[in-house]
Amino acid sequence: MKIAIASGKGGTGKTTLSTNLASYLAEKDKVVLIDLDVEEPNSGLFINGEMAYKEDKFKMIPEWEQDDCTLCGICQEVCNFHAVIQLSTQIMIFPELCHSCYACSELCPTSVLPMIPREMGKLKHYQNGNLSFVESRLNIGEEKAVPLISQTIEYVDEHFSDDIIKLYDAPPGTSCPVIEATKGVDFVILVTEPTPFGLHDLKIVVDTMKKLKKRYGIVINRFGIGNDDVLKYCHEEKIPILAKIPNNRRIAELYSCGELIYKKIPGVKQQLKDIEDYIMEIKNKGTG
Amino acid sequence: MKEVVVISGKGGTGKTSITASFAYLGEKNIVVADCDVDAADMHLLLQPDFEKSEDFYSGVIANINQSVCEKHGNCIDVCRFNAIQIKDDQYEIEPLDCEGCGYCSRVCPTEAIIMEEQNVGEWYISKTKVGNSMVHARLGIAAENSGKLVAKVKNEAKRIAEDTNKDFIVVDGSPGIGCPVVSSLSGANFVVLVTEPSVSGLHDFKRVYQLVNKFNIKAGCIINKSDLNPQLSEEIEEFLKKENIVHISSLPYDETFTEAMTNGQTIVEYDENKLRVILTESWNKVKQITKTEENKK
Repeated sequence: MKIAIASGKGGTGKTTLSTNLASYLAEKDKVVLIDLDVEEPNSGLFINGEMAYKEDKFKMIPEWEQDDCTLCGICQEVCNFHAVIQLSTQIMIFPELCHSCYACSELCPTSVLPMIPREMGKLKHYQNGNLSFVESRLNIGEEKAVPLISQTIEYVDEHFSDDIIKLYDAPPGTSCPVIEATKGVDFVILVTEPTPFGLHDLKIVVDTMKKLKKRYGIVINRFGIGNDDVLKYCHEEKIPILAKIPNNRRIAELYSCGELIYKKIPGVKQQLKDIEDYIMEIKNKGTG
Repeated sequence: MKEVVVISGKGGTGKTSITASFAYLGEKNIVVADCDVDAADMHLLLQPDFEKSEDFYSGVIANINQSVCEKHGNCIDVCRFNAIQIKDDQYEIEPLDCEGCGYCSRVCPTEAIIMEEQNVGEWYISKTKVGNSMVHARLGIAAENSGKLVAKVKNEAKRIAEDTNKDFIVVDGSPGIGCPVVSSLSGANFVVLVTEPSVSGLHDFKRVYQLVNKFNIKAGCIINKSDLNPQLSEEIEEFLKKENIVHISSLPYDETFTEAMTNGQTIVEYDENKLRVILTESWNKVKQITKTEENKK
């Protein structure tokens, strides 16, 4: 069972929910938490564990070998991303722009652009009892999150069996990294806050999930601030609300120290249980 | 003309509320650019009139002309993104997986694959309720945010600022450190980093600052919710000193941020007390710093 935790707006509590829910579920059963917010991975600040595995992650880029190059210009012509540029006497490669499509490399008549690996980030896997935690972080200056997200998902698919619950902490927003993080999951939990920004970005991410044909439910964080518009919207659109986590300065303080909240704030555990019940019902019914 | 870019690494630190306050304070003397195109919110506070709108096309996507396709399979062999599948004996492109590299169309013996331009969103030129020009955009649902729409928004804002002799462009950037952020940083004269004293706030702040450093842009910092964790606030202040980042101001943890937003107002409009004073001083400081930077050159 794969569940993504996403939100349009940043800072609504994705990581808080992911880490607390993962730890809560791990009290009873095996759980994998995967931090796919590779640009700014935060879950690891809330989860302790022994490092079980570590790996550099690479993307493939072309490398120019001058010797047999005839400067025919095909590589530049076939690159749709301007990552290969031909100058008067040489070929220049811009690795940040490369999408690893292999077109320049394989269409080169003299094979002078072999693909070589370039490090784009690091994957780490920690273990703490029932809880497995996998995070990847993108190297600074590397612009594309999607290849690292997809390799992280592959790692998890290869190392954990299908019946284990997997929680994917997705990046904020609604564009390519979010799509990559959510497209293979069975259910998406959308975290929002009851404010105009929260509602506005929630609507966009709901539209995105509709386009991806995903099942989804909503968790309202900081419940009590703002207004009722998010509640009204969910009601009108018939979107299930799985939990409401109260607005509470103490939660913000615990969060600021990197602490989990569900053991310390009364009521939060019950909210997590409500989410668990919902997930289990879907799991038992099958995902169809 | 000076370009001030506000970013935060982590979302939810108050970046947009602060940027909108600067826009309000700068009035007609600035052009505002909302470069957080995939979750653009600033219009909710500045109420722009969407006077001019235009579609934005960026990149291409493969499309198979079924009447020409002879199912040779070269396309499937070369696609590194598994974007071509055989369904009901027909070759089909999954648009969400297609990267637009065009390799498939180049190796198709019957030229059955056409690369079509993609509409990825809309961008707007507006007047806000305080009279400043605002350039903003809306990325299409599930569209790719390659940073090109961000660049478009910024370049338009720049053009307007130059044509109308404005002193500043104020840019609201997006969270993270990837393409949209890189795109909003390019060409900036000064970066305002908004952070909060939480372990994740500090972690993300340091990562995004490394990126700013790569661009060699002068940076200042606003610590929001500073009293939430005084110890971490101090740690941030020490980091600022060490890295020679200007500490512009510290704001308290204050739900006025949310109240103002719920009212559709910027903080400086809604609040008559402390927050307004601090934010006004902050904006003046930003103006002053960018001016002194100019004199140095």
